[in-house]
Amino acid sequence: MSNTYYEPSDLRKFGTITEWSEELGKKFFDYYGSVFEEGALSAREKSLIALAVSHVVKCPYCIDAYTQDGLKRGITKEEMMEAVHAGAAIESGATLVHSVQMMNKYKKLSM
Amino acid sequence: MKLKSLKKRENELANAKRQLEILSNGIFQDEELPTFRSKLKTLNLFPLQPKILEILQINVGYMCNQVCAHCHVDAGPDRKEIMTRETMQQCLDVIKDTGAHTLDLTGGAPEMNPLFRWFVEEATKVGVKDVIVRSNLTIITANKKYNDLPEFFKKHKVHVISSMPHWTEGKTDQQRGDGVFNASIKALKMLNAVGYGMPNSDLKLDLVYNPSGAFLPGNQAALEADFKKALSEKFNIHFHNLFSITNLPISRFLDYLIASENYEDYMYNLVEAFNPAAVKNVMCTNTLSVSWDGWLYDCDFNQMLELKVDSPIQHIRDFNKKTLSKRTICISQHCYGCTAGAGSSCQGTVVQ
Repeated sequence: MSNTYYEPSDLRKFGTITEWSEELGKKFFDYYGSVFEEGALSAREKSLIALAVSHVVKCPYCIDAYTQDGLKRGITKEEMMEAVHAGAAIESGATLVHSVQMMNKYKKLSM
Repeated sequence: MKLKSLKKRENELANAKRQLEILSNGIFQDEELPTFRSKLKTLNLFPLQPKILEILQINVGYMCNQVCAHCHVDAGPDRKEIMTRETMQQCLDVIKDTGAHTLDLTGGAPEMNPLFRWFVEEATKVGVKDVIVRSNLTIITANKKYNDLPEFFKKHKVHVISSMPHWTEGKTDQQRGDGVFNASIKALKMLNAVGYGMPNSDLKLDLVYNPSGAFLPGNQAALEADFKKALSEKFNIHFHNLFSITNLPISRFLDYLIASENYEDYMYNLVEAFNPAAVKNVMCTNTLSVSWDGWLYDCDFNQMLELKVDSPIQHIRDFNKKTLSKRTICISQHCYGCTAGAGSSCQGTVVQ
């Protein structure tokens, strides 16, 4: 057992989750594989979306995997950083849009 | 960028035996990962044996005008190993008899061998279908005496295969040295100008893509499409095919992997990506590699690891096709580089 919550080498053990629930694990990995195939969006575009989401959900395993995936696809660091900013903008927007609720409440409670 | 070869720097990785030790120790000694031999045995693919000889790959010398960070040859301006006319003549004598359809000239920068042009001229006379020169591109612009290489290549219908790790300057120079990208673009334009790489042209110009770091290459067709789009839109440059080649963990790339603490992860990636279908078409099954001093190897990587062919015939002067065809191919853990994913060879991927 590791002394830290996150262990980089655990990423390569991801597939072993099927050992404790084969049916659900297999369904998940089949679905996951299908999602990232070429479709209406290219696999390259999906890789960048995955990288942005990885940051938003703050998953170090996903960041590791999709930085590497981007490098394999020849995606540049500028493209990667722009994708992360797109994710960050939505995330900060999601926080800030709640300030309308704060403003509404403030106004309602104030004379 | 280090400006000297590992050999010149007296780095321990200039020693082939040390490299082989590293490749057999640690994760492979602990059986955390299977050795290449045991992996093949599990799948009944051991031992690897040659098929029909199709390609003779000749390394005419380790001298190069570049010092690329990933170079498996440890080539550079300070390397003096160079093929002599006598050895070249022995190669020519063999080419006539082997039936090999492809002669693949590599280095270093093969053009820096003073006998390079003579050798190409003689080789084209002996009826080889495809004479390949692995050109680093920058040699064409490096010195006035090389400026006419595109014309020379054209005259002899040489097939040019050139390295290009990315369509951006930063990533290219990071791997191959400052200024390499711009010099390569200039050289590609010179090759295009004489007809190389143009659509429907029979003057073949292919590019080789090596990842510029500790990661495996992505899909070859997708990379080719991205390269074509970027080079055409930004520079109006054309080429025919892109070959993606996996960096094998030897020499300067091994040095980089260890220094950057990527070695174990990289080996894991290679082993996890092992593809049995790639084993059937690895290039050592249809290629023989000849070193600057005439010794024979199963591939250019084995040449750098000083793993001579396991045969009573080990030198080009004694060449015997039948005896060599009975040999067993020498392997170690670096071979995982040629069997990962869609496979890797000097002609790109090996699995469709």
